[in-house]
Amino acid sequence: MTSAGPPGGGAVYRIDWTPGTDVLDGACHCGARHLSEDPVELWEWLLAHPEGHHPPAGGEGA
Amino acid sequence: MTAFVRNQWYVAAYAREVGRDLLARTILGEPLVLYRTTEGEPVALADRCVHRRYPLSESRLEGDTIVCGYHGFTYDKGGACVFVPGQTRIPRTARVASYPVVEQDSFIWVWIGDRDLADPALIPRAPWLDDSRYTVVCGMEPLAARYQLLVDNLMDLSHETYLHGGYIGTPEVADTPITTEVDEENAVIHVSRHMADAECPPFYAKSTGIQGRITRWQDIEYHPPCLYLLHSRIAPVGVLPNEDGTDPNGFHVEIVYAITPETENTTLDFWAVARDFALDDEEVTAFLAESNRTVVMQDVVALDLLEKVIANEPEGYQELSINIDTGALAARRILKRMVAESSAAASVRSSQAVPS
Repeated sequence: MTSAGPPGGGAVYRIDWTPGTDVLDGACHCGARHLSEDPVELWEWLLAHPEGHHPPAGGEGA
Repeated sequence: MTAFVRNQWYVAAYAREVGRDLLARTILGEPLVLYRTTEGEPVALADRCVHRRYPLSESRLEGDTIVCGYHGFTYDKGGACVFVPGQTRIPRTARVASYPVVEQDSFIWVWIGDRDLADPALIPRAPWLDDSRYTVVCGMEPLAARYQLLVDNLMDLSHETYLHGGYIGTPEVADTPITTEVDEENAVIHVSRHMADAECPPFYAKSTGIQGRITRWQDIEYHPPCLYLLHSRIAPVGVLPNEDGTDPNGFHVEIVYAITPETENTTLDFWAVARDFALDDEEVTAFLAESNRTVVMQDVVALDLLEKVIANEPEGYQELSINIDTGALAARRILKRMVAESSAAASVRSSQAVPS
């Protein structure tokens, strides 16, 4: 019996909480990234896609 | 404005609760009566006789029909009235709403909303609850709290260290970072915390027999509004699944909650724990049932209290969110969106619970 794998494609927003720090690391499905110490602010940034989002050149996915 | 998400499937009962006795359950403020036909088919009708609103659940079954305990109006499994006392003419509008019902994964799922939209394919799955490779313990606790408080509680497991310390919590749970993923397209939220080296809490030490420290993975998969899954993997430190995905040396516990709003301020809290080890060990079964129920009751007591507090807070009270709340905030937002969408759809239709 295997544990659940990562979700499939589609619009996926991801937040990693960096070990040992207070910083949340947010990644939009467009590839844009944003760091924040406030989860409310970070969700607002993520959900504002594409406003304020600058995907890296080459269109790397998150 | 309602806080409910309509046009959804909700767990109304465990399959074993529905039989030839009439079961009354209120879901999203709608009173239902549940029973099985003589062929075993589950049925859900509105729990109000169309005559004088008497609860059909306080009545009796005759074959596949309900005979109202007050005047004897009789309804078939589709909600149509097939007998009224004292006359042969049955008024055209004599019917009660019947609700779409699906029996799956040991649950009775009921569609609340516009029945034309009820699609069984939309029901999220928990197949281990009805699988001989797992042993399941389960129950339901009534919660005197709005469903959003249970969602908040389940989406942040760091409270295990404090509220449930000594049962399922150990210090590492609150200290381990989490990854939160929101799948917008499928409306699923994943929250993961993987502890490579942690203390083994009594809940798992007793049931797995592991002595010493463990690798402990918790993967939440929440399908708003109702179904919450927690995939839990325990193994001695360093023991990982095989590359091909099989995992013979890991112990797996699937924890399932179905969060079914009863009224605006009360919730039906269905909980289940399925394990793939010690399947026939009755001591482990009794221990897990007792332990999980204790944990659930700790949550019930805390959330019942919190509901009373919140109900008395002035409008516009403030909350403070920190990093542990990342998953819960994601859930709140998706639920808010779903409430808005279902309210917009409802205002287009003329009335709720339209007789079918």
